[in-house]
Amino acid sequence: MAVLDAPRIVTSRLAYEDSHTLARYLATGGYAALRKALSLHPEQVAAEVDQASLLGRGGAGFPAGRKWSMLRPSEVAYLVVNGDESEPATFKDHLLVERDPHQLVEGVIIAAYALQVNRAFIYLRGEFALGLERVQAAVNEAYDHGALGRNVFGSGFSLDVVVHPGAGAYICGEETALLEGLEGKRGFPRIKPPFFPAAQGLYGEPTVVNNVETMSNLPWIVLNGGAAFAALGAGRSTGTRLFALAGRVNRPGVYEVEMVKNTFRDLIYDPAFGGGVPGDRPVKAFIPGGVSAPWFGPDQLDLPLGQDEVGAQGSMLGSGSVVVLDDTSCAVRAAWRITKFFSRESCGQCTPCREGSGWIERAMYRLEHGGGRVEDLDLLLDLCDNIAPGLTWPPQQTTICVLGPSIPSSVHAAIEMFKDEFLAHVETQGCPFD
Amino acid sequence: MTETRTTVTVTVNGRAVAAAPGELLIDVAERAGTYIPRFCYHPRMEPVGVCRMCLVEVEGPRGATLQPACYQHVNDGMVVTTDSPKVKKAQEGVLEFLLANHPLDCPVCDKGGECPLQDQALTHGPGETRFVEEKRHFVKPIEIGPLVLLDRERCIQCARCTRFAAEVAGDTEIAFAGRGDQIEVAPSPEHPFTSVFSGNTVQICPVGALTATPYRFAARPWDLEQVESTCTQCAVGCRLAVQSSGNRLTRVLGVDSDPVNHGWLCDKGRFTLDAIDGHEGSRDPLDPSSRITSPLVRRDGTLVEATWGEALARAAELLGAARAHDGGVGVIGGAALTNESAYAWARVAREVLGTEHVDAQYGDGLDARRVLALPGATIDDACAARVVVTLCGDPREELPVLFLRLRGALARRGHDLVELAVGPSALHPLATVSIPVRPGEAHRVIDALADEGRAPADLALDEDARARARELLGDGEGVVVVAGRTNLAEDPAVVERALTRLAEALPRARFLVASRRGNVRGAIDAGLAPGLRPGRVLGAGGRDTLAQLAALREGAQRAVLVLGDLLGNVLDRAGAAAALERADVVAVTGHGGATLAHADVVLPAAVQHERTGTVTNLEGRVTAVVPKIVAPGAAWPDVAIAAELARALGAELAMDSVEDAARAYEVSTGYPALTVLLDATSEGRLAGSASAPAPRRPLDPMAFPGIRSAAWVGLGESAGDVAESAPPLAVPPLAAPALADLGPAPSPEVPGRDAYGLALRVAPRLYDHGVAVAGSPALAALVGPTEARLHPGDLDRLGLDTGGRLLVRGAGRTLELTVARDAQVPRGVLEVAFGALGDGGEDVNALADPDAVITQVKVEAR
Repeated sequence: MAVLDAPRIVTSRLAYEDSHTLARYLATGGYAALRKALSLHPEQVAAEVDQASLLGRGGAGFPAGRKWSMLRPSEVAYLVVNGDESEPATFKDHLLVERDPHQLVEGVIIAAYALQVNRAFIYLRGEFALGLERVQAAVNEAYDHGALGRNVFGSGFSLDVVVHPGAGAYICGEETALLEGLEGKRGFPRIKPPFFPAAQGLYGEPTVVNNVETMSNLPWIVLNGGAAFAALGAGRSTGTRLFALAGRVNRPGVYEVEMVKNTFRDLIYDPAFGGGVPGDRPVKAFIPGGVSAPWFGPDQLDLPLGQDEVGAQGSMLGSGSVVVLDDTSCAVRAAWRITKFFSRESCGQCTPCREGSGWIERAMYRLEHGGGRVEDLDLLLDLCDNIAPGLTWPPQQTTICVLGPSIPSSVHAAIEMFKDEFLAHVETQGCPFD
Repeated sequence: MTETRTTVTVTVNGRAVAAAPGELLIDVAERAGTYIPRFCYHPRMEPVGVCRMCLVEVEGPRGATLQPACYQHVNDGMVVTTDSPKVKKAQEGVLEFLLANHPLDCPVCDKGGECPLQDQALTHGPGETRFVEEKRHFVKPIEIGPLVLLDRERCIQCARCTRFAAEVAGDTEIAFAGRGDQIEVAPSPEHPFTSVFSGNTVQICPVGALTATPYRFAARPWDLEQVESTCTQCAVGCRLAVQSSGNRLTRVLGVDSDPVNHGWLCDKGRFTLDAIDGHEGSRDPLDPSSRITSPLVRRDGTLVEATWGEALARAAELLGAARAHDGGVGVIGGAALTNESAYAWARVAREVLGTEHVDAQYGDGLDARRVLALPGATIDDACAARVVVTLCGDPREELPVLFLRLRGALARRGHDLVELAVGPSALHPLATVSIPVRPGEAHRVIDALADEGRAPADLALDEDARARARELLGDGEGVVVVAGRTNLAEDPAVVERALTRLAEALPRARFLVASRRGNVRGAIDAGLAPGLRPGRVLGAGGRDTLAQLAALREGAQRAVLVLGDLLGNVLDRAGAAAALERADVVAVTGHGGATLAHADVVLPAAVQHERTGTVTNLEGRVTAVVPKIVAPGAAWPDVAIAAELARALGAELAMDSVEDAARAYEVSTGYPALTVLLDATSEGRLAGSASAPAPRRPLDPMAFPGIRSAAWVGLGESAGDVAESAPPLAVPPLAAPALADLGPAPSPEVPGRDAYGLALRVAPRLYDHGVAVAGSPALAALVGPTEARLHPGDLDRLGLDTGGRLLVRGAGRTLELTVARDAQVPRGVLEVAFGALGDGGEDVNALADPDAVITQVKVEAR
């Protein structure tokens, strides 16, 4: 049974039509956390976040507190918020920027105060037209309210926030490509090392890059304490998390779910969440953490929604997107569609990703649409191996950034789990699901 | 005690290798004999790690991971494996990916046979393709600039060309567009790829994506033979590989010379081949695109072909008659010759013609004795300098590869440029301080920088800029002054005075004299200058070129031996033509030109790429030139012409070969001519420097494709392989004149500024009306429009904008010119390009008053 008694940490205002306005935000306790944070020493704020074990919500799941502590001491440092959410079936930040922009802005100010940086950037996906409008409005209101600009709430701390629209490239969600984009250049990821943002980030200065949802958790953590956050969930996976549920479910949408206490089965089947599969058809497979994650089968439905628990089984919670395939879904088509996305969104900078994604996409297209060959299966696995050597999890890579090893996940999983389906495609020279 | 570590130990495939900390792994491994394949890596550019061909296993905290060797700076204890199955699979995988969309054009591709992709597909590729999909298609090829074509299907996105343009040349006319496997190198929609360095992108392209119009489909690499030589288009002295198919020059490639050009060339040096082998040129000896292939003698007013014997006899007759009169004969030109030829002609002048009136410069340089007496700096010195001062024309127009070197140095932190801004300069964006200097003011601006107290108000010096410049200059420690002729319509005494003053005020500063002509420094060193004897020895003074022309007009001098094209290179063409018209003229030249209209005898000479010898670049570095093709027709090398002319005049130079001339030169003066001639593939020697030449960098055939692929012939073997050095000769030390020997520089009498006029600046441009451009169809199309450049403030005052028409009156002539707005032109100055032609075909040089210290012109908007 689903555990539903956790507080709503980031979605508490969604019931209100005007949840995005300053008036509603103030009426529901907004900017109280900032006032409290400003009354504390910056290190105390960071300590609360560290104690909360707030894992980054952007995909890699790196603890925010530790990320902050790794910032290279420097006269100039930056905070950058990654709101370039653009993966298929990932839409949880979309909700936060449109429906509770002040919560994001307050989180940004708290983080900037904890980090003692005076300039922050909110990089939002360019297609988030309403989100951009609302976050910019929230920033403007925050300036008017005294929560931004010189001498925030009379504390002596100053912060400027710039809202920057992306220009339509998925790769700019990769943090170093995002920084290149912010600097006005092409969104080409940088090579790590040496370009770890905490050491050499925006304009070469140390930079913290955090996700929208990560920032949105901060007001609650400051108000209620890191310990209260850590009391939710279990192990390292504390608090609640937003899951964007999609695919073959009755109630697709974004749900705030306490971590670890609930399982994938709870998320997919509980009436409070997905409400089951249409027509009560069996789950054939599901993607646990966005389209770059390896797939799970029905035998993993009872796995808890925890970062380490999912990691131990060879996949990831990633971007919090869960996609369900039932027995009417074609695994070959699903994998092809995912590959097509990565092929189009590869930045084109490094060879294995640029050429590999296109090659794999074209081979997958043939398999799905007729023209597939039995030897294509081994070929695909070997091409995948040339991008992510060993096809291990977590992956190794021959590419500059992690977009490369994201490509093989679905193709590899689909071939491993549904080889017969591939062979049926070859046999019929087309898709048996059509 | 902490010890600064100077070497680290890296383990490559189980073997310990010593390296400097921070060196790139790909270089360290190669030095240790382990070659790691690569495409995007280029030793003369910052690594980017994008092609992934150089993936190797590096041990790290999480075990061995695949890392690009071009992007790994080595540190102590690094453990690297380059030959494991995992590395081999990764490299083969990358190569297979690169070939997936690469068309099978090899049989029709210019790069075939010298292609890093072909070569490394063979050595590090999987052998066969598994790619059965449709390949990517683009329209092929597209013209991205006047000299460069791009075939996007062949491109492997290594970013060498885009990085060269942005990082090395500072041009942003090409960049990536699109993404995924549809990514392409694209020209700027507004600006075609007109960089004067565009050919370098073609040379370093590791596939056949970029091709140069002049070489396209001209040859196959296995049909080419090549020599290593030195470019003499300007005084930088870039090292190059000259390639020919049979006796036809096909291509020139830059050779990576550490002290000089780093493998880069300008497009003029690279593409001027047609002008040399003249197969596209005219037959008219007055046309600079023609080659002179036979001796010519004027009979009944017309130049007609003659035998060498007839021509030499006539030349000896004319010159012999003139030498009988005191000051009756002189020699003009010779800056395009080899050192040995210049030495031979200097001896002919002194010993045979008995004259001190010799000058290799066409009134477009600086006093040769002062140039030699300034404390010298090398290009490397300028690039290492804390502060570079420029008092010269735009180095990108005059000495292009010097600009590349300076730009690379000045873009780094801790290197400042103090620009004495006489006009537009491509270095201007890198200037820490820029002080406008108008014609006739350079020496006074230097005074104002050197002296305390208030600067004269009429100089309009910005006090902050002056203070910052003074602070940067200090006593000259770490300062290199790049100095040249700033304005051909200004008496060189202005700059000479300024430089002398600067040398006094900054006793520790050194000078890199940016004289522009090919081997002008070598000609001066060899004694083709008034007041200098071969080997930098101060001698009795003589007439310089302008004085000789005046003497010819007045009848004080009767004959002149012209080595090159005088009329094409002198500012006052009408005055020079009048002088030659009165004189007996013997011209020695390989190319046609207007000078020959006045010649009585023309002796055809071998030119660049046809002759053996040495040349000296602007820093005094002596390198070898090696012939690749045979001079056309009856043309001879200059040394032979000089020796035979001497014989015809009854003297014996004892120079039956270039080697004889080099030996005589070196043994008598200490100038390292023979030493370099016999070690033709070395980095050369700095004349007068005791230090041994630095060892050469080994050639990286993946970085400079096309050089290994052609067969080496002639003197020495390949670039990058060190030849056996000749045993040292017993020679005297080279003379070293000092400023103190010369006395104070004369102070020019600059007239007061005319409040209603503008001061004229005439400056040379790279694509001019000279032989190298006029004779090459590919380059002739690049000559810019004729325009008068003015400061926006002056244009506003005239109520004009770019494209407007202006009447300009100077030196008694009036020309109508189109104007261009240029904020880098100082206020009160009107700038035109040397040799440009007005709309009516008039010579803009004619606006300059040849007798005035500066020329002031009156202007009026049309």
